[in-house]
Amino acid sequence: MAKATARRKPRGKTKPPATAGEELLEYYREMLLIRRFEEKAGQLYGMGLIGGFCHLYIGQEAVVVGIQSACRPEDAVVTSYRDHGHMLACGMDPRGVMAELTGRAGGYSAGKGGSMHMFSREKNFYGGHGIVAAQVPIGTGIAFAFRYQGTDNICAAYFGDGAVNQGQVYESFNMAALWKLPVLYVIENNKYGMGTSVERASASTDLCQRGKAYGIPGEAVDGMDVVAMRAAAEKAIAHCRAGKGPYILEALTYRYRGHSMSDPAKYRTKEEVQKMRSERDPIDYLRELIVDGGHADEDALKQVDREVKEIIADAAAFAQESPEPDPSELWTDVLVEA
Amino acid sequence: MPIEILMPALSPTMTEGNLAKWLKHEGDAVAAGDVLAEIETDKATMEVEAVDEGVLGRILVPDGTEAVLVNQPIALLLEEGEDASALESAARPTAAAVSDSPAPAPEAEAPSAAPAAAAIAAEPDWTGATVKATVREALRDAMAEEMRRDDSVYLMGEEVAQYQGAYKVSQGLLDEFGDRRVIDTPITEHGFAGLAVGAAFNGLRPIVEFMTFNFALQAMDHIINSAAKTLYMSGGQMGCPIVFRGPNGAAARVAAQHSQCFASWFAHCPGLKVVAPWSAADAKGLLKSAIRDPNPVIFLENELLYGQSFEVPDGDDWTVPLGKAKIVRPGADVTIVAFSIMVGKALAAAETLAAEGIDAEVIDLRTLRPLDTAAIVESAKKTNRVVSVEEGWGYSGIGSEIAARIMEEAFDWLDAPVSRVCGADVPLPYAANLERLALPQVETIAAAAKAVCYRS
Repeated sequence: MAKATARRKPRGKTKPPATAGEELLEYYREMLLIRRFEEKAGQLYGMGLIGGFCHLYIGQEAVVVGIQSACRPEDAVVTSYRDHGHMLACGMDPRGVMAELTGRAGGYSAGKGGSMHMFSREKNFYGGHGIVAAQVPIGTGIAFAFRYQGTDNICAAYFGDGAVNQGQVYESFNMAALWKLPVLYVIENNKYGMGTSVERASASTDLCQRGKAYGIPGEAVDGMDVVAMRAAAEKAIAHCRAGKGPYILEALTYRYRGHSMSDPAKYRTKEEVQKMRSERDPIDYLRELIVDGGHADEDALKQVDREVKEIIADAAAFAQESPEPDPSELWTDVLVEA
Repeated sequence: MPIEILMPALSPTMTEGNLAKWLKHEGDAVAAGDVLAEIETDKATMEVEAVDEGVLGRILVPDGTEAVLVNQPIALLLEEGEDASALESAARPTAAAVSDSPAPAPEAEAPSAAPAAAAIAAEPDWTGATVKATVREALRDAMAEEMRRDDSVYLMGEEVAQYQGAYKVSQGLLDEFGDRRVIDTPITEHGFAGLAVGAAFNGLRPIVEFMTFNFALQAMDHIINSAAKTLYMSGGQMGCPIVFRGPNGAAARVAAQHSQCFASWFAHCPGLKVVAPWSAADAKGLLKSAIRDPNPVIFLENELLYGQSFEVPDGDDWTVPLGKAKIVRPGADVTIVAFSIMVGKALAAAETLAAEGIDAEVIDLRTLRPLDTAAIVESAKKTNRVVSVEEGWGYSGIGSEIAARIMEEAFDWLDAPVSRVCGADVPLPYAANLERLALPQVETIAAAAKAVCYRS
């Protein structure tokens, strides 16, 4: 990366030395995997290999990587249609995710769900939901089941600043607080719900306080700083796991790409996007933490870059080689045959 | 080999665009994510970003070129370790490079119709004792028996626990199962329907009671988009074993917003099963099957039937398979097809018809999806005349579906057009006389049956 790092504004929030170098390198690998995956998805979309809607996560990588690093494998995740990063952070196979994007038999949903609808029972990933905010009550119900079953697992329900004005969010907040359900609500505030800025959509823009009426604690976190996300997630998850009810984290982040691929981006200036990319990029920032902290040198990071590049190239090749679903698949999976 | 940078499509419909301006030049270092160029379509100007890193070796399509086809190479990128000599081995572009979409063409026609439905197990004959029970008691017993049998089954809804059910269907369940499994919700249909769907995804078998199905409209998104479609969208991974139940259709004098039959709304949707019983025995046996079914089941009850008594098999192992209609009155001259409360009216109509020498067969559909087409067609072939009865509106109704299926499968056996008896095509009125006029009555059913028999 040739970008000058000196222009970055100083940040005083996090105390990286406390975090082990190995953890930082793992965050780096996961965040880079998401970014490279999304860039490749954008490229395949451009080539006509991916159709329909395709919502990229570039710029927001630190949010899901930070939160998921604090979760246990038995914990559940549910999110919106901007879901590729969440699936990779849950440990789902990039091949299966990319092949779903190309609509092939090797995809996680056998080609029948597409970018917005993938699931993995094995990784406790519950989708991939295309209706804005639908995942909020669903995630609350996943947490309900965890408690009903007598486990101390939690569910992380991710949704955007656009979703926070849906009524079902507050119906969920109320029940989660009433019944003290172990659900972590992660509001990914990337500043725009499609083309409408938070300021133009929300009477109160302090989104982490949206649970106040229900007594749900909320906290805003620098979503471009994976170490800050991790620290906040640990505290919030401990709260949920201890049976104290839901917790809200608002990750202040930024989406570099359009809402979906066909987004003319008239609602924000190029300068705004460029400024975020050059001054607040979460991956550049983490690189700097790693190198400045003496956790690894440029060569070690280059090695990670190469490994990630190979994984993505392999996933892209698989996604193109995997056959289209058999025509008989049209009729399967409508109902479970008893 | 240098990497070819292709003209991207920025929407599903874009086939070409103008290369407005290069922001990187030959020899420039490029990092993934850097903006390389701007392209214009008829709708917008958008940026092309680098996916790989390297050095921009050669620009193949200069600034200002119009109508550049999607997927045409527009530049060559040298990877780490490559020098300019690598460019010579790469093909030079032709002026009119044509690039077809690499998306594979559909290879085979999809099958034009769904495969035949799986065989449904026959209803077991009950030879044991029976007890008299109301539909209300039968529904309660079904839930209680299934909750005793399986800890993952629980009931949630408005007033189901402490109040003992708005219509007393859940009477006694809180006492037996406690508040872990019998859960009063706030008045928040959209929220608790979605919550229950999430719980079903995560291993539970929720029974969601809607105080009436009129309020399920608030929850429609989760019933259809979340419960019915997720199995398919997940390639078979994420099933949703859930029952949405409650009274459906008109009660008595509660006016338009509380008096609607939703049978055809739900029956329209693949991914759901839809059940609407009439008798207490069927209510119990079908509800038990619905709770055990691995799919989302819409269970449409009727408030006016709750207090009606029927003989019900006495025992925990009585179930009725979903998807099987039942001939509740055999006959030779005309078939009357009905479901839910209309079965009772159809039977009453059959009695008046018998007095006039017309021998009507009455079929209780019991399940509306999957529809037991075979039973209807077989009866139609026997009687050659069919009347469908439903309380809901006729437009795109259950009767429309029945008429279509008979036309498709028994056209040559018909001696008269299928007749539909339906609710009047108006919001249900409050006034007693108007309400009666708006709903199918014994005499309107009998009149329709006589009409298809060409008797007056």
